[in-house]
Amino acid sequence: MPIRIEHLSYIYGEGTSFEKKALDDISLEIGDGEFIGLIGHTGSGKSTLIQHLNGLNKASSGRILVDGEDIRSEGYSLKKLRGKVGLVFQYPEYQLFEAEVLKDVCFGPHNQGLSDEEVLARAKEALAAVGLDESYYEKSPFDLSGGQKRRVAIAGILAMKPKVLVLDEPTAGMDPKGRDEILALLKELHESQNITVILVSHSMEDVAGCVSRIIVLDEGKILYDDAPSGVFRHARELEKVGLAAPQMTYVMQALLKDGWDVNADASTVPQARDEILRVLNKG
Amino acid sequence: MLKDITLGQYYPGTSIIHRLDPRVKLVGTLVFIISLFAFGSISAYIVATAVLVIVIRISEVPPKFMLKGLRAIFVLMLITALFNLFLTPGTVLVRFWKLTITQEGLRMAIHMAFRLSYLIIGSSVMTLTTTPNQLTDGLETGLRGLKKIHFPVHEVAMMMSIALRFIPILMDETDKIIRAQEARGADFDSGGIIKKAKALVPLLVPLFVAAFRRANDLAMAMEARGYHGGEGRTKMKPLVYKTRDYVSYLLFVLYLIVMFLTRKYIKIDFPL
Repeated sequence: MPIRIEHLSYIYGEGTSFEKKALDDISLEIGDGEFIGLIGHTGSGKSTLIQHLNGLNKASSGRILVDGEDIRSEGYSLKKLRGKVGLVFQYPEYQLFEAEVLKDVCFGPHNQGLSDEEVLARAKEALAAVGLDESYYEKSPFDLSGGQKRRVAIAGILAMKPKVLVLDEPTAGMDPKGRDEILALLKELHESQNITVILVSHSMEDVAGCVSRIIVLDEGKILYDDAPSGVFRHARELEKVGLAAPQMTYVMQALLKDGWDVNADASTVPQARDEILRVLNKG
Repeated sequence: MLKDITLGQYYPGTSIIHRLDPRVKLVGTLVFIISLFAFGSISAYIVATAVLVIVIRISEVPPKFMLKGLRAIFVLMLITALFNLFLTPGTVLVRFWKLTITQEGLRMAIHMAFRLSYLIIGSSVMTLTTTPNQLTDGLETGLRGLKKIHFPVHEVAMMMSIALRFIPILMDETDKIIRAQEARGADFDSGGIIKKAKALVPLLVPLFVAAFRRANDLAMAMEARGYHGGEGRTKMKPLVYKTRDYVSYLLFVLYLIVMFLTRKYIKIDFPL
């Protein structure tokens, strides 16, 4: 289910003194099965952009084609679109409301008008996919830890069987262990369920290890749209817009400058380790 | 839908109205509202309209922000007007089925519509040009005298400022929760009244949880900074009257005099 964004612009509070151009002429193509990192610092428009993908925001100009169909055309069901493009919000607290985890996950598929058995089957499947077993079914979502809440929130969207999964800063405010777990989970979901994943973040570190493409937004415009290694080469420019390349990129670039024959595209710790060992063994 | 409520929403600006002492604005609003109820005649409404138009002009706030507040209470206004229209006894004007419209009823309905809408616009001028903090500051200083009869002025002012401060935050939060649930296929707009009420549960539960969490955090943060109530608390920006404030008070008196005079000499009443 490819998504095509054509010349999308979005203006907040049009016609008031609070007017602000959040997105400025964005054109993008998102293919099937991609794992994309959408990066930008606070206020760069990344959250605004993803809320266009499932029709929560209405573009001021430009259009979005999902499967070749304009999502704002007459008679297009936004409700169905929301089943296809699943959006997980930044804070799980915004969506958890039921007294039991299982029931909460049932909310999405239930809204899709599925039969009760189907809803239950999907909810259980989704919870299993995010690594929560039966012992969690009857717990209150409000008693869970931050990481577990996030898992339930992701399961709540997964149960709707989206073809595209969009996550708004799923690792915000988490400890390193919880963050690694969530990122590993996303990678696993992407591979096993063959869905397109769009990961919104302001941290290159987070996305370096899992995505195959990075889109950098700055002040509502696309700054870079490339493979991670291609984007990280612009470390200096990234710093100018309040971002940074992963720490390992800096290490490798420093080594390269010192005359070591390393490949500076290594951006995660394991990659850097392998690369350094390779060069050392060679010498 | 929630964005329609203008009360408690500040419109940033630097006009003279924005810079007036909040106490002046509070008194001014009060004088204006009282005048609406004390002088009910066409001539009085003309004077009030003129004053409103001039004040809104000076404040540099786009008039549509004031009118937004009206939209939110439109139903209330309609109900009030209808009740007055049909339920006031007096000289019968029209009668059909079981309903009668009396001369007095018609008059009351028109009066109520004028008064309510002017009341809302008048107080919108105040809330749009005064930050909630200034407003409660003004109230606290203005009502200081009540402390003598053990009225907890500071506590009430603090509660008010917190409540006002949280309106935009909670509205923002509501908006986000609505989006998060819509992303899961929730439908807040269609269906009968029962279905609509049920659809609110996924909105209200996270909202309440968020409100309690915020209240808790705020209490903790205030305590951490040594908050202990109003006793001996000094202000960073003490309220001091300036020339423009005294001039405003004079203008209020002038307004009341004009109102009195129009009632006495050129009173135009409804032709009923």
